[in-house]
Amino acid sequence: MTIMAAIAAVDRTAEVWARLESVIDPELDESVTELGFVTGVEVDAGGDVKVDFRLPTYWCAANFAFLMADDMRIAVAALPWVGRVTVGLGEHMYADKINHGVAAGHSFQATFGDEANGEELEEVRRIFMVKAFQRRQEALLTYLLDHGHEPAVLLQLTVVELAALPSDSDGRRLIARYLERRPVIGSDADETAFVDQDGALLNAAQIHAYLRALRRVGVNAEFNSALCRGLLATRYGTECGPQVEVKPVHFVRSISTARSN
Amino acid sequence: MYRTTDGEEIFIIDGHVHLWDGSKANLKNVHGQQFIDCFYAYHSNLSPKEYLWPKEKFDKYGEEAMYEDLFVKGYDDMAICQPTYLTDFYKNGFNTTEANYVLKGKYPHRFIVNGAFDPRDGEAGLDRLDELSEKYKIQGVKLYTAEWRGDSKGYKLSDPGVQRYFERCEKLGIKNVHVHKGPTILPLNRDAFDVADVDDAATSFQNLNFIVEHCGLPRLDDFCWIATQETNVYGGLAVVLPFIHTRPEYFAHVISELLFWIGEDKILYGSDYGIWSPKWLIEKFMAFELPESVSKETGVQLTMTAKKKILGLNAARLYGIDIDAQKKLLAETQQTATV
Repeated sequence: MTIMAAIAAVDRTAEVWARLESVIDPELDESVTELGFVTGVEVDAGGDVKVDFRLPTYWCAANFAFLMADDMRIAVAALPWVGRVTVGLGEHMYADKINHGVAAGHSFQATFGDEANGEELEEVRRIFMVKAFQRRQEALLTYLLDHGHEPAVLLQLTVVELAALPSDSDGRRLIARYLERRPVIGSDADETAFVDQDGALLNAAQIHAYLRALRRVGVNAEFNSALCRGLLATRYGTECGPQVEVKPVHFVRSISTARSN
Repeated sequence: MYRTTDGEEIFIIDGHVHLWDGSKANLKNVHGQQFIDCFYAYHSNLSPKEYLWPKEKFDKYGEEAMYEDLFVKGYDDMAICQPTYLTDFYKNGFNTTEANYVLKGKYPHRFIVNGAFDPRDGEAGLDRLDELSEKYKIQGVKLYTAEWRGDSKGYKLSDPGVQRYFERCEKLGIKNVHVHKGPTILPLNRDAFDVADVDDAATSFQNLNFIVEHCGLPRLDDFCWIATQETNVYGGLAVVLPFIHTRPEYFAHVISELLFWIGEDKILYGSDYGIWSPKWLIEKFMAFELPESVSKETGVQLTMTAKKKILGLNAARLYGIDIDAQKKLLAETQQTATV
């Protein structure tokens, strides 16, 4: 390999990693690379890519495993130079089925047949996208309210106005993360930024009760995340995953930071 | 028995213990190996270092170690054995009523032994439930809806075949239905941890108590909602409680959510022994106080009264245990003292 070719290969591998960063564990709403699920990326001279990944347990839900594998394939295949994409899940009860199904471009239903019970996987994906929306919304609204914003004013903001709302860097990050999930509920730029899971407007007088109810979703996701990270570390050793303890919006942390200000 | 610094005695009923055999000799296949390995990962991940077991002990700890860990080193006064058969993974089953009953034979006043049923067994399963009731006088069953059976990878409580089993439970006076809500497997494309089927069953069978083990983790948010709707749904703290050591802040939030949504009368302590041991769990739980920021948020407190209910009074109510009489019985039969 020439030096130029070697540099190109390194760049391409980095591009693949960058694409994989956008793939999330639907249940945790966190990136598969940050979670330490992706163990390796290989790019050959012809542009074929192999991605290896693992999960915290042998029993992790097959539907989520399939979604992540398929999302990885799609994300990587979007790079213009990429040829064939092979995603390899290891040490999982359905590893072979999932790997073959994804490689062949089969749907989840076609891969699992009767075991999948004839229902759409997309519905599960949506359930968890809504939870992610709620969790991000709760974190953002709590933050903004704790920083002196008036509920009535906040709830009037359109998507565009929220995007332009002046805030510190933590606030900016929470806004960006929320807006990333806002389309889950369906929105145009001139629509109200804060709506409930059915797209209905929120009531400023009841905002605290509303946020309290949403907080369950966040607590649950945080708890799962802690468990999954811990099990992964126990299974594969603490040194194997990236040492990113808390990258996304952590419910507990965002509350305690806000409170201590 | 746990004694507070004031000398108050707190009677402890452990709502969730196992006597399992995950040893190599009992394995049927790779799934059995992966199952016990996964349990061990839970153990290793959440236990304090000084309470970590070698894998050999974990695979098969046996009756004497169990008695010692629960009642001698640990603070449990009584424990409820929840069977998990897993006959597709283990030759003699993983943790059976029969094996639990041998243990109860040795320490009759210490253990409550629950049965199990599997609606996929049809008529034969109903007969077996009759037999369990007659032979072991069971007051409860543990349902493991994710258990593999031939080509089937599990069932839901809302499946039509389950109704007849609940009707039979009512008839036999088996009032407590412990449902494992953890990693279920089928149908593969659903949210595999769905707790909605408990809602259906609890609505249809108001005379039965449904204890959702692990509080529906990893769907605690959905579980809180269901448990709020139904008066006969309880939450078992197994798996939730160990977070008190590694992640006390998460535990604080979760227990406060549970106290807020389902209340202190409907939460049951369970160690999930041998995954975790009562000694450290109880010490940490008794010492635990909700941070002010959390109690301010939910408006609930984890009071001494709440702790007593969670650790024993709630289970005593469900299983008809007269605590004073039981204390006396244990004292008379020497089962409170170090054996």
